[in-house]
Amino acid sequence: MPDTAMPILDVKGLKTVFRTRGGEVHAVNSVDFDLRPGELLGVVGESGSGKSVTMMSLLRLLPSPPAEMRDGTVMFDGQDLLKISPEELRKVRGSKIGFIFQDPMTSLNPVYTIGFQLAEPLRAHMGLSKAQARSRSIELLQLVGIPDAERRLKDYPHQFSGGMRQRVMIAIALACDPQVLIADEPTTALDVTIQAQIIELVKELRHKLGMAIIWITHDLGVIAGIADRVMVMYAGQVVEEGPVGEIFRDPQHPYTQALLKTVPAVRGPRAERLQVIEGQPPIMYEAPVACSFRNRCQFAFDRCSQANPALTGISAPGHRAACFLLDKASTPEPEAANG
Amino acid sequence: MAEAESVNPLVKVRDLKMYFPIHSGLFRTHVGDIKAVDGISFDIMPGETLGLVGESGCGKSTVGRSILRLYDVTSGTVEINGSEIAHVDRDSLRSKRPMMQMIFQDPQASLNPRMTVASIIGEPLDEHMKLSSDERLARIYELMDWVGLNRAFAKRYPHEFSGGQRQRIGIARALALNPKFIVCDEPIAALDVSIQAQVVNLLEELQDRLDLTYLFISHDLSMVRHIADRVAVMYLGRIVEVASREALFAEPLHPYTQALLSAVPEPDPELERHRKPIVLQGDVPSPANPPKGCNFSTRCPKVMDICRQIEPEVRDFGGGRQVACHLYSENMTTTAEPTAGQTKN
Ligand SMILES: Nc1ncnc2c1ncn2[C@@H]1O[C@H](COP(=O)(O)OP(=O)(O)OP(=O)(O)O)[C@@H](O)[C@H]1O
Ligand SMILES: Nc1ncnc2c1ncn2[C@@H]1O[C@H](COP(=O)(O)OP(=O)(O)O)[C@@H](O)[C@H]1O
Ligand code: SF4
Ligand code: SF4
Ligand SMILES: [Mg+2]
Ligand SMILES: [Mg+2]
Repeated sequence: MPDTAMPILDVKGLKTVFRTRGGEVHAVNSVDFDLRPGELLGVVGESGSGKSVTMMSLLRLLPSPPAEMRDGTVMFDGQDLLKISPEELRKVRGSKIGFIFQDPMTSLNPVYTIGFQLAEPLRAHMGLSKAQARSRSIELLQLVGIPDAERRLKDYPHQFSGGMRQRVMIAIALACDPQVLIADEPTTALDVTIQAQIIELVKELRHKLGMAIIWITHDLGVIAGIADRVMVMYAGQVVEEGPVGEIFRDPQHPYTQALLKTVPAVRGPRAERLQVIEGQPPIMYEAPVACSFRNRCQFAFDRCSQANPALTGISAPGHRAACFLLDKASTPEPEAANG
Repeated sequence: MAEAESVNPLVKVRDLKMYFPIHSGLFRTHVGDIKAVDGISFDIMPGETLGLVGESGCGKSTVGRSILRLYDVTSGTVEINGSEIAHVDRDSLRSKRPMMQMIFQDPQASLNPRMTVASIIGEPLDEHMKLSSDERLARIYELMDWVGLNRAFAKRYPHEFSGGQRQRIGIARALALNPKFIVCDEPIAALDVSIQAQVVNLLEELQDRLDLTYLFISHDLSMVRHIADRVAVMYLGRIVEVASREALFAEPLHPYTQALLSAVPEPDPELERHRKPIVLQGDVPSPANPPKGCNFSTRCPKVMDICRQIEPEVRDFGGGRQVACHLYSENMTTTAEPTAGQTKN
């Protein structure tokens, strides 16, 4: 690794399987990635590609059954989150690692006031008194730009708009000054003008608080605006990762290339016809033994159905992709597949 | 498009209002109205796609549903293909149903899970046409071909399909009775990015082939830019700006349109670094209690005193462009005519 900073979060070989009535679903297949202090890692991929399950797995938030963590290590703060005791894990979740889930309405509890939901982690994790927790709650609501914060502590979630609820979720995630914030599609349910407010807020907070962020989205525009590094997922695997500029300027994986072309622009020239990726993503009933993109890939060749390509570095530092086309020496020879 | 003037619009909407009453208390007394659609007018020409954009709750779906008379409208007129729709009686409405159809956002929810694909697509045929069973099946197959569904799937149930395929079933059903006009209400919002393009391309192909006219409702401005010929922008129950696609995206005039477009992030890190979005403060007011004067005045970065008092009139800029904003009203033109310099983004 050319990078100087030690990763704050280091995930290796993460594998999660769901046991369903229809058989096993291999939702996360040997995912490796790391996160460095202060960086914003964007995670993209279509629905079902394993973005949420990856993040929930590393915090051990998935109920088992049906989920089963088959393998992997998640190093954070010198310990493996997959091995530590439930007590130790609770100290990490919600305090050292904050998280925001997809839908604000399901994440805030409708029967408790906003004030209670903010104060609870502060009292539990940081041992604040009732009064201290209250004033910190007001501070946090102000931080995320909710006007009239003191009065609004008494309100219930349904009295807030979608954008405000998402701000509250961010405030709760930030309550204990986490080193890492995991945000799973935090703006997907919001309108663009509200999304713009939230994105500006996160940029500003990042500046102020200096935490590392994992931001999951399917919106490439959002990623382009906020990420330092991007990780592209497909069928439960990381198929490409690299610095944001590299990913957009010089995508290496055929899936990333196609994805970038299917999105029409609001500015600049307008394409007459939209590019499509034919077909649809596979449901992973077994662990991949071949390239999972091969049925939709316009470059697929023999080797792609014989083995699963591993992430390989290319010339640009930190840029890696999982595609046999990158393996120049052996591309035409399917014999060389098992390297 | 000079000759477009001589063609009659296929869809003509005038001063459409759709209020939902609010009832309260023991006796369910009528205490007010949600003004979901509050005086809207527009035309759609034959073969044209009018995009309807705006944020959640601004009334887009209500417009779509009202003009198809899925609601009994509060007031105003709707004319489709020369027939009055908004106030006709049930029987004549039924005879007009075939020409106007709707495609819904959530293909999952809009298809009956206990019916096969063939019976879903065939249902409108049974209701409105008398076909022999051979004719019926031939028509179902034809529709499946049009939307790119394998005929072998005719006996399958909706849950056996992906989201994109389910949307194709919904489209086939909407096409069954040879409609002229289709309201597409967020037809791609529930689909994955890589599937959205497939469905949009299909809608475009079908439009060319069958000479369809679309009202395309969406909050995705980049898709609307792709598919629409003209675009209407809604805010809180009203249309604030209508313009050709080119004009609207090149030079939005209404402050809300400007903010809306500037809020869309660009899938390009280089451009993103320099983009300065107009970040609107606050939330959309409730349609039960819209602000006095201009309904955007509580969030408008260019608000003036007059805006809080008087509702701006719609002003016609020619070339099909209309804007409702005091910045452009007659008596303000000397100070506020849009110039290239003023609308830098
Ligand atoms: N049947 C109804 N009864 C009462 N209020 C309604 C009804 N349908 C819609 N509304 C209200 O009317 C307003 C406009 O709703 P509408 O569904 O048309 O919005 P929209 O622009 O389609 O939003 P979205 O983008 O979220 O689909 C909203 O305030 C909504 O809550
Ligand atoms: N509770 C569950 N039971 C069975 N399968 C699941 C469950 N949750 C997720 N999955 C499957 O795991 C895969 C990855 O899902 P997810 O991580 O939610 O995708 P993403 O967040 O990228 O949209 C999908 O195939 C999904 O259907
Ligand atoms: S490995 Fe083969 S099928 Fe997979 S993305 Fe590369 S070329 Fe396409
Ligand atoms: S009328 Fe006034 S408040 Fe309304 S959009 Fe125009 S400038 Fe803004
Ligand atoms: Mg998810
Ligand atoms: Mg709607």
